Amino acid sequence: MSVQSNVEVHSEWGIVSARQAGRNLAKELGFAGVDQARITTAISELARNIYLYAEKGEIVLEGIEGKEAGGVKRGLKIVAKDQGPGIKSIREVMEDGYTTSGGLGAGLPGVKRLMDEFDIDSITGEGTEITTIKWLR
Amino acid sequence: MQSSVIEMVYTHRHEVIEQWKEEMINIQEGEFTNGAAQAAVTRTNDEFAALIIDTLEMDKEEARLRLRSFSERLMYSGWPLSYFTKGLQLFRRVLLRFMTTNDTIPSSKVFETFQEVENWMDGIVNQLVDEYTGSWEHTLELQKLALKELSAPLIPVFENISVMPLIGTIDTERAKLVMENLLEGIIEHRSQVVLIDITGVPVVDTMVAHHIIQAAEAVRLVGAECILVGIRPEIAQTIVNLGIDLGKFPTKSTLRKGIESGLERTNRQIVNL
Repeated sequence: MSVQSNVEVHSEWGIVSARQAGRNLAKELGFAGVDQARITTAISELARNIYLYAEKGEIVLEGIEGKEAGGVKRGLKIVAKDQGPGIKSIREVMEDGYTTSGGLGAGLPGVKRLMDEFDIDSITGEGTEITTIKWLR
Repeated sequence: MQSSVIEMVYTHRHEVIEQWKEEMINIQEGEFTNGAAQAAVTRTNDEFAALIIDTLEMDKEEARLRLRSFSERLMYSGWPLSYFTKGLQLFRRVLLRFMTTNDTIPSSKVFETFQEVENWMDGIVNQLVDEYTGSWEHTLELQKLALKELSAPLIPVFENISVMPLIGTIDTERAKLVMENLLEGIIEHRSQVVLIDITGVPVVDTMVAHHIIQAAEAVRLVGAECILVGIRPEIAQTIVNLGIDLGKFPTKSTLRKGIESGLERTNRQIVNL
């Protein structure tokens, strides 16, 4: 599948357009209402993290196919990339309630729960890349 | 403006315009005028060409006013700016071709004349761009203002009960407004219960939730109570997934239930007569 869209995030409006793009793609791929809301919320969290901590970065959205026991499954992949300060302790940010910005500290662990697969890759001083997938059921 | 340029343009006026129009057809067939009536396109092109040539003999102020009224009209009917910048580029190209294939301009003056033409065209391009961006900025400014006005109203519905319906995306600026309007409104209307209705909020992420929690806490501090209403089922699920604790303040599914609950809290109820 080749549906892919990139959204630059460097202001709060970037968050809105990333979200919009995500909702449209999720709809196109056939996700139900609740999963659409989960996907948009996850994008919103990731995009907001980019805006808050790295100031700018991008969100890449892609429709993908994966193998499973019964054949092929389809899904939506979100990649959030930035060249920000990086995350010092990944273990800590994945804990509920950990925050450095005075927020709720539910963002990243929340995204992990909202989505099916979650992978985080961060180098201090170089940037962060978060990849997360929601499969179509 | 050098008289030689003016002279050249005037003597070849028709040829220049004809050639220009022919070339304009090529860019019309691209993305620009899809859907626009051919008659309108022809009329605009005629007018545009006449205006370009007329600016040769106008003084600056007059040219500015003419260009302004021209661009205002076109902006209004939705012509893209790039149509005109490309049009002007073409016009320049056509003119230069005339200059180089024609004997009217002595070869020693070609460079000078070339510069004159450049200045002339650049002036028009600059003004068109200015007019367009000016108008965009103006529109943006107005929209921001309009948005701010309908951003976060607090509506007194019953004695001591007020509602704040939130519609659309909540960014940091709006969150600030929500808080201010809530607290000011509570004092002004002497509200005891305020209902925050999030039916129209498309996404409730941790930041939005955080702002709502903070607002509710501030409301509690000024002695009133906050009820969150309009939580759609999918929003309820994402809130649970995110692990946001909204247990500290009451929530209701609909505004109607919220109002009933608010009346109850102020020792009143709705009865059928």
